[in-house]
Amino acid sequence: MIEFKLPSLGADMETGTLLQWLVKPGDVVKKGQVVAVVDTSKAAVDVEAWQEGTVAELLVMPVKKIPVGTVLATLLEPGEAPGSARPAPGPAAAPAPLAEPAAPSEAAARASRRMVSPAARKHAQEHGIDIDSLTGTGPHGALTLEDVERAARQEAVAKPPVALGDKTAEMRRAIAAAMARSKREIPHYYVAETIPMGKVLAWLAQENMKRSMTDRLLPAVLLLKAVAVALVRFPELNGLLGDDGFHAAPKAHIGVAISLRQGGLIAPALLDVGAKPLSQLMRELTDLVKRCRAGSLRSSEMSEPTITVTNLGDQGTAEVFGVIYPPQVALVGFGRIMERPWAESGGLKVVPATTASLSADHRVSDGHRGALFLIELREVLQRPEELDR
Amino acid sequence: MNEADIRTLVLATLKSIAPEVEEEELRPDRPLRDEVDLDSMDWLNFLVGLHEKLKVEIPESDYGRLITLKDLVGYLVAKQPASPGR
Repeated sequence: MIEFKLPSLGADMETGTLLQWLVKPGDVVKKGQVVAVVDTSKAAVDVEAWQEGTVAELLVMPVKKIPVGTVLATLLEPGEAPGSARPAPGPAAAPAPLAEPAAPSEAAARASRRMVSPAARKHAQEHGIDIDSLTGTGPHGALTLEDVERAARQEAVAKPPVALGDKTAEMRRAIAAAMARSKREIPHYYVAETIPMGKVLAWLAQENMKRSMTDRLLPAVLLLKAVAVALVRFPELNGLLGDDGFHAAPKAHIGVAISLRQGGLIAPALLDVGAKPLSQLMRELTDLVKRCRAGSLRSSEMSEPTITVTNLGDQGTAEVFGVIYPPQVALVGFGRIMERPWAESGGLKVVPATTASLSADHRVSDGHRGALFLIELREVLQRPEELDR
Repeated sequence: MNEADIRTLVLATLKSIAPEVEEEELRPDRPLRDEVDLDSMDWLNFLVGLHEKLKVEIPESDYGRLITLKDLVGYLVAKQPASPGR
């Protein structure tokens, strides 16, 4: 029996609101399949199954706010027979719910005197619904699951999830909580390096002349790929720091900081950036930005970044020093690419350049390694043709 | 398509990228990307939108000429095939 729990979709998420199930008991789900839609303080997120199985029971019904870690459903493992195992009692595994349903044991005691189906009783407890207040429509007035579900729906309608207007304020609070935690807990250090971008821009201009407008590449894609390539030699910058220490990530899932037009930002992941050619990264980045602004992200994109890149692009300032997004341990920032005076071999010339910065967690790495990473990044960006692999 | 049509189409495409844009507040002789806060991805999507509707190629080397709304409309008008009888 697999317990499908509400995953954490970022350090700033403590609760989520289950909006919709996209599967029902008996459905076979594949790993990575979107099974539910959960509203977070930042966006409605498509939550994916992380394991293959058959849906046994949906334990939480929409629309309901639940803490991260709550068991949402049980799945039978491939080959497992229905009823061969009972779901483990949820409360032991899940953190305490924010609002306990009203005295469930008392409600259950009263329920025992009525004809109530077990599923209906369980459902009523989870939703904090007093079954004495409901009229049963089953045989001999028995209370059915359907009766409870109907009552739960009515309650949900009476208490709608966060209205759209509050969304910006809620996101502000979520960002504040994550960033305050970061600055409180993470001893940041910062290093920066000016990186000549002439070769990248020349290569890009050549490449884009060959491409149709719809396939055109942006400098941001080369910067992201270069970060992933440079990280290979610096595993202490790419990974997550948990209670049990630092875990370097085998792949670079880069969180891309995307600002929203209505204010706020989201940093969902482009997965395994190092392994993808530039055209694919460009398509995925375009799609990610589009879905981010439309508010339709996937859980793996929200929960999997191993490092974040913030790129101010060509409208930003010369430099940016970011705040690390916990439990990540590093953030790379790129300022605007602009022409700058450049001294070389005793002469002075003007070259397009960007300032790359690294904010990193001193508990995991030291400034010297951080500096070497930026030097490596600078060198990688002098060989743009090698990035398209 | 005349200049007014193209201007309408440019504004409609712009609104699809930046829905909060108010036409009356746009100053046609100021840098458009500053007026509307378009990042490089927005800008590319905006131009691709125009490319798809007007069937014009806008090479990157022309970006430098496309600063204001006025520039952009003028550029697209000039790219239109000459209309017969005018």
